[in-house]
Amino acid sequence: MEITLELIVFIVLALFIGVSAILAVTTKRILRAATYLLFVLFGTAGIYFQLNYSFLGAVQLLIYAGGITVLYVFSILLTSSEGDKAPDLKGYKLVMGLLATLVGLGVCLWVTLGHDFAPEHFEHGELAVRTIGHALMSSDKFGYVLPFEVISLLLLACIVGGIMIARKR
Amino acid sequence: MIHMEYYLIISTIMMFVGIYGFVTRRNLLAMLISVELILNSVDINFVVFNRFLFPGQLEGFFFTLFAIGISAAETAVAIAIIINIYRNIRNIEVRNLRKMKW
Repeated sequence: MEITLELIVFIVLALFIGVSAILAVTTKRILRAATYLLFVLFGTAGIYFQLNYSFLGAVQLLIYAGGITVLYVFSILLTSSEGDKAPDLKGYKLVMGLLATLVGLGVCLWVTLGHDFAPEHFEHGELAVRTIGHALMSSDKFGYVLPFEVISLLLLACIVGGIMIARKR
Repeated sequence: MIHMEYYLIISTIMMFVGIYGFVTRRNLLAMLISVELILNSVDINFVVFNRFLFPGQLEGFFFTLFAIGISAAETAVAIAIIINIYRNIRNIEVRNLRKMKW
C-alpha cells in the first residue's frame, strides 16, 4: 500500500485523536481533561471532513467544540476549587479497570476485524447541502421531518428541565 | 485509499478509552467527559458505515446529526444536575453522593 497524502492526513488525525483521548481520561486536572476532550472533538471533525461530510464536520465544530466544551469549562470553573487534583488510583482499581478495558477492546477489535463486510466503495465528492435539506424536510420514505420535529420538542424539554433543576430555591 | 477498518479501529479505541475513564474516574464531570468520548466514537462508526457501505443513502449521516443534537441536550441536563448537587453537598465526587440513593 503506497503512502498517499490521504493516508498521511488520516494517520496524523488518528494519532491526534488517540493520544488526546488517552490524556483526557488519565490527566489529573479536570480542566486539562476538558481541553483534551476539545482536541478529540476537533480530530473527529477532521475525520468527518476527510470523509467528505463537510456539513457534519461543521455541525460537530459548532455544537460540540463550540457549545458543549464551553458548558464544560464553565461548570468546571463553578464546581472545582483551585489546585483540585484527582487522587491517585489504588492499584486494585487501576488493574481491574485496565483489565476490563483491554479485554473489551481485544474482543471488539477481534470481532470487527474478523467480520467480512460488504464490499466497500468510497465515492469522492461532496454531499450537497441541498440533498441534506430536502431529506431533512421531506415526509417521504427517506425523509426525516418527524425526528426533526421530535428533537425540537426534546430541546424545549431540556431547556425547561435545565432551568427547573438548576434554579435557586 | 484508506480502508474502512482503520476508522473502525480508531473509534473502537476511543470507545474503550471512554469506558476506562468512566469506570476509573471519581469526579462526576470527568465521568461525563468519558461519556462524551463514547458517544463520539459511535458517531464516527455511523458515518463510516454510511460512507463506505451505503454511499447512496443518508441514514448514518442523519443518525449522527441527531445524535449530536441529543448529546448536547443530555450534557446540558447532566450539568444542571451536577451543579445542583454541588449546591447541596459542596462536592461532586461520587463517593459523597450517598444521599441520592434513597
